[in-house]
Amino acid sequence: MTNVTTPNGFSLDNSGRRVVVDPVTRIEGHLRVEVNVDSDNVIRNAVSTGTMWRGIETILRGRDPRDAWAFTERICGVCTGTHALTSVRAVENALGIMIPDNANSIRNIMQLTLQVHDHIVHFYHLHALDWVDIVSALKADPKATSLLAQSVSDWPLSSPGYFKDLQTRLTKFVESGQLGPFKNGYWGHAAYKLPPEANLMAVAHYLEALDFQKEIVKIHTIYGGKNPHPNWLVGGVPCAINVDGTGAVGAINMERLNLVSSIIDRAIEFTEKVYLPDVAAIGSFYKDWLHGGGLSGKSVMSYGDIPENANDYSAKNLNLPRGVIINGNLAEVLPIDLGDPEQVQEFVTHSWYKYPDETKGLHPWDGVTEPNYQLGPNAKGTKTNIQAVDEAAKYSWIKSPRWRGHAVEVGPLARYIVGYAQNKPEFKEPTDKLLKTLGLPLTALFSTLGRTAARALECQWAGHQLRHFQDKLVARIKNGDSSTANVEKWKPESWPANAKGVGFTEAPRGALAHWIKIKDTKIDNYQCVVPTTWNGSPRDPKGNIGAFEASLMNTPMADPEKPLEILRTLHSFDPCLACSTHVMSEDGQEKSRVTVR
Amino acid sequence: MTAVLDTDSSATGAAAADRRVLVLGIGNILWADEGFGVRVVEEFHHRYILPDNVTLLDGGTQGLYLVNFVQEADDLIVFDAIDYGVAPGTLKLVRDDEVPKFTGVKKMSLHQTGFQEVLSAADLLGQYPKRLVLIGCQAQDLEDWGGPLTEPVRAQIGPAIEAACAVLTEWGVPVTPRTTPLADSEALLGNDIDLARYERRETANASGG
Repeated sequence: MTNVTTPNGFSLDNSGRRVVVDPVTRIEGHLRVEVNVDSDNVIRNAVSTGTMWRGIETILRGRDPRDAWAFTERICGVCTGTHALTSVRAVENALGIMIPDNANSIRNIMQLTLQVHDHIVHFYHLHALDWVDIVSALKADPKATSLLAQSVSDWPLSSPGYFKDLQTRLTKFVESGQLGPFKNGYWGHAAYKLPPEANLMAVAHYLEALDFQKEIVKIHTIYGGKNPHPNWLVGGVPCAINVDGTGAVGAINMERLNLVSSIIDRAIEFTEKVYLPDVAAIGSFYKDWLHGGGLSGKSVMSYGDIPENANDYSAKNLNLPRGVIINGNLAEVLPIDLGDPEQVQEFVTHSWYKYPDETKGLHPWDGVTEPNYQLGPNAKGTKTNIQAVDEAAKYSWIKSPRWRGHAVEVGPLARYIVGYAQNKPEFKEPTDKLLKTLGLPLTALFSTLGRTAARALECQWAGHQLRHFQDKLVARIKNGDSSTANVEKWKPESWPANAKGVGFTEAPRGALAHWIKIKDTKIDNYQCVVPTTWNGSPRDPKGNIGAFEASLMNTPMADPEKPLEILRTLHSFDPCLACSTHVMSEDGQEKSRVTVR
Repeated sequence: MTAVLDTDSSATGAAAADRRVLVLGIGNILWADEGFGVRVVEEFHHRYILPDNVTLLDGGTQGLYLVNFVQEADDLIVFDAIDYGVAPGTLKLVRDDEVPKFTGVKKMSLHQTGFQEVLSAADLLGQYPKRLVLIGCQAQDLEDWGGPLTEPVRAQIGPAIEAACAVLTEWGVPVTPRTTPLADSEALLGNDIDLARYERRETANASGG
């Protein structure tokens, strides 16, 4: 290939210089990206290679389906609870188990808590430094920073003295040489656009968010019994409710319900007074950097989540929207059936796995994960030291899931686009308002910045949904309903010899589903298709590129040796694979590696 | 907050009870020797009773989310798998300033947040443990998906616990052996992911839930 146009409408040209960004960590969870840039340093071809686990079915086969959640919770450090929830839903779907309404409310609260927590931590601790220059913050005028902060929000921590103290602390930290989380930044890079004062304000909120996030997860401790790794239960939730109880270990009483309530209030306040104003303020300096849209303006998908009433997973009962948009046709939101073998299929033509017939995809109920690691004829380097992959051949450990053959983007932006297309006011109105504040058209949403903004808007939405389900739960409890689990079908003797099911959620980073087959009361097959598999997928047999690759196309780079633009766009997906340039050398020091060929 | 103590001298018994101690195991149990740290705290809990001011925590791959546990600790012991190219099963105990650079080699899964970054985040928030010990074990296999701990690493669970007990004793923390076995419901890991059942070394009980 030198120049081809993909069926999903991207012109790829791999004749220019190849730039490789590779964290080169051995263990799971790394992402490698190779791009070709033209003579103006504009990206004309993008190839993303990821590692993933090699199929949870190898570990789960033969085990008790009621324990699957505990295993899937360990797959990933950031999606723990959402994997567990997806798992119990899959088992309940297979066995026809209904959960009580209180369990539905508590599960929604657990899931929404994860959304709020993950979105805040993602923005401030994993993504903000792609927009915010720490070193520049050291030059800010604390007084001017205070004026700026007070002009965007009435958040109380905004005095000149507060910013002055913070700046002193930060200076000390940077001068000690212990850059810590700020190591490896491309400080001073031409793609940083914020004035020093905006940088200092953002760093202050970076620290406040780090301190605040511990409050949010207390909700997981209360309803899940412990954190990290809260408990889940097929048939409901494992916590008991006893409103009159005082200090009964583990039981939910009024004191605990009130604590959850106050945490929800604070989460809403932090989102509305700090997170959203920061995103709008930062966005206002990057209005001319609307790259990174990729598939978002074409094809997006959301499974939907947060069922209003228990046991109804149809689109009309889901508070997060459900549907697919293809080829930018916002006038039509297509329905999804995860049990239909023709809809979700995974391909391995370009993945390091083996299928009997690789021109065809497999529905996850029939999915297999058999490794087949081989490099293409045009790859450079060796199997243990790849210098450049051959994207015409197999080049990633990620499979290529497709919806009716289409590559789609998933995540908060996809959810907002689907909700917007369905004219749901709770998604449309805040989006229009933010665009109007920034003076941007709707098309600006289809960008890296749009992805980051949608996440912030969703965090606000999730905060108010938390309030809604907490109030709903408390009202039912006050009416005397303390039921949290249905154990009617707990005993395996009550199960059919063969059963299959699918469970889905919207994880913070996008659509997540587990497909399970149960035979003679044990797990026979178990497949997870995770959000980063959708977004980070390699090409499919028809040549369609996935969301990561599409998002990098046509982005101009200020300096290919310092690929800040690539990191900024990939981080905006909140991938559960890392895609930093952090690399560990043998003495334990971090260094980054970017190769330009 | 706990009163500031002289960090250089061993705390006396009375003062030690006021200090908050965190004994943390980190790693991913699904990747063979990667799970070492978690398996050590799991077994520690089976063998010993610790006083109320000590928290034993299975940190999994929670990365940055662990920062608040670290912030709240006056003294911290971390168990982790390490990779320094020495003989598999080699146990290494490092203290204080040495810890960050030794935990840097391996990244945990939370967006590749290594424990090194968790420590510096705590530092940035102005709450860094006064005393810090890493007990690391050289891994043999970190890439065997779903595989068991390798024999040399498995053999170090006991010695790692004993090393931690020695440190705790030095800090004035009483460590009491259990006389009655820990009930299944009290174990740190359940639902078939406890070490024996995970590795299918014994027939799991009829009810796994």
